Amino acid sequence: MRSLFYGYGNPGRRDDGLGIAFVEKLESWCHEQGIDNVFFDSNYQLNIEDADTIRHYDLVVFCDASQEDIPDFCFGKVHPSEARIEFSMHAVSPAFILDLAGKLFNTVPAAWLLHIKGETWEFKEGLTNKAEKNLKAALDFVMRELIPSPDPLRILKETCHSCP
Amino acid sequence: MPKKITIEPVTRVEGHGKVTIHLDDERNVVQSRLHIVEFRGFERFIQGRPYWEAPVLVQRLCGICPVSHHLAAAKAMDVIVGAGTGEGLTPAGEKMRRLMHYGQIFQSHVLHFFHLASPDLLFGIDADPMVRNIIGVAMEHKELAVQGVMMRKFGQEIIEVTAGKKIHGTGAIPGGINKNLTPEERDRFLNGADPLNAGKMIEWAEEAIDFFTSYHAKNKEFIDNFAAFPSAHLSLVREDGAMDLYHGVLRAVDANGKVILHDVDYQDYLDYIAEEVRSWTYMKFPYLKEYGKQTGWYRVGPLARLNTCDFIPTPRAQKAFEKFRAYTNGKPNNMSMHMHWARLIEVLHAGEMIKQLLEDPDLQSEDLVVKGERQPEGVGVIEAPRGTLFHHYRVSEQDQITMANLIVSTTNNNEPMNRAVEDVAKKYLTGQEEIKEGMLNAVEVAIRAYDPCLSCATHALGKMPLKITLLDSNGKVLDKKIKS
Repeated sequence: MRSLFYGYGNPGRRDDGLGIAFVEKLESWCHEQGIDNVFFDSNYQLNIEDADTIRHYDLVVFCDASQEDIPDFCFGKVHPSEARIEFSMHAVSPAFILDLAGKLFNTVPAAWLLHIKGETWEFKEGLTNKAEKNLKAALDFVMRELIPSPDPLRILKETCHSCP
Repeated sequence: MPKKITIEPVTRVEGHGKVTIHLDDERNVVQSRLHIVEFRGFERFIQGRPYWEAPVLVQRLCGICPVSHHLAAAKAMDVIVGAGTGEGLTPAGEKMRRLMHYGQIFQSHVLHFFHLASPDLLFGIDADPMVRNIIGVAMEHKELAVQGVMMRKFGQEIIEVTAGKKIHGTGAIPGGINKNLTPEERDRFLNGADPLNAGKMIEWAEEAIDFFTSYHAKNKEFIDNFAAFPSAHLSLVREDGAMDLYHGVLRAVDANGKVILHDVDYQDYLDYIAEEVRSWTYMKFPYLKEYGKQTGWYRVGPLARLNTCDFIPTPRAQKAFEKFRAYTNGKPNNMSMHMHWARLIEVLHAGEMIKQLLEDPDLQSEDLVVKGERQPEGVGVIEAPRGTLFHHYRVSEQDQITMANLIVSTTNNNEPMNRAVEDVAKKYLTGQEEIKEGMLNAVEVAIRAYDPCLSCATHALGKMPLKITLLDSNGKVLDKKIKS
């Protein structure tokens, strides 16, 4: 199974950089471990060209900072049917990307959104201490449970029940 | 009783704003305003930081046009480190930056046209908003939607290899660049499998112009008259009058084509341009000092650039330019919806420039940086996708930034966007007491033609929804629409 972890956000806005920090650390770890079926990408925000990016994978995990009321991190299943046309179309949602990939390329990978709880969004680089702890918890789970699993889709299904 | 309409938020516009429309007792539109309602001072935030951080820090301003801010700040810092004002860099330094910039122009314009504007053209501005979007285009005009996606991807990949990475790129540094282009990278963009190669991009760019001109031929009334109004136009041009989106001198022409700002050095921009603050919005109103606040305002962006330049220095875009100029008998084109036409001609020009630059062996040179005598102050100006972008900094002897002033493209277009809203409001909202979907979108289409980035314009961050409200003369809200 080819998996893609795609982080997005602005590292210049404190904890908004959580998704990108997650992908950077996970990529470095996978490299050390010699894992070659997990791939990585990141950007300030998702946009239409990502419909082409994701279609080459079996599983896509979008990684983003979250303002939701969650403990530290959680996974939510992404459904293309939930795509919304939002006001700011310079950036789009994971569901939108999935929907577009299906309509343009007739392929929709399994997709989840990893929410990592953030605290502060001011003009500054560097994560807060709380965000760092949440990041570590998410990384521990993915490194110990998800990536080594022969059935990552089952793991994701089992863990996504508490996510908004 | 007089009324007032407010529209918020504008869909498919980056950032946040609010439109208010006042009606009199006879329900005539008497005033309309595009307000920007959120503000955080980026210019103050950057004070105290070392000057060499500026090209990276300013990318925090916006996730939409970080490359433009990166390059404008780097150009200002070239002056600070004594590397000159554009011509002083090594050939590799200047050409790598140009490649990055034309990649940015290409991808940004493509996003705007295919993703934001084409749904209005394909389905009509009165169409159901659930259809009038890129998903709708994907359903009914799949080939066009795929082209938009792949062209945007090509531009993004050019940016990635020249800026070093997608997020907070570091490619441009004071006095030059920190990497050249490898032969492998060059070959990938020149000879890559279809469609991701420069030749295919140029072919598709020409097809996009054909798409627009064909639409125009069938919809002249709408395209020529919607939000059309006379104005001055300002942009950089090369010293010989050619279009140059990376570097040049400042030129402005009036609505009839008379040159009113004569190819001046942008280091002296404060001698010619001032900004007016108005109480009802955080976005300032720039104007040419010589002509004053009332008549000195101007447009920037693709339409302005095609009105100010004498020619385009790439052959296919030049041919398209000649047709564009012929349509108005060589006079400036003041039709807001022709901004889309101009934008697509620039897509073609950017595609040709990318190919030309990729074929230039200077991009493999190792001579990347120059420095000279340290200066206390520098101005960097670039033609960003949305228009002329000014970055101005002063730096202390301790290398800290002590002053920053940014005039972003959308701010330069503040008065024109307000004029466009007023024109449309008068046509679509006179006599109305409620905001129907078609009216709402007409206002949005007028603003969207300028592809504004309101986050940049207020130097704020984050999503900023926009509202439209209808009020009477007593301030009573008659109707309100919010899109989120």
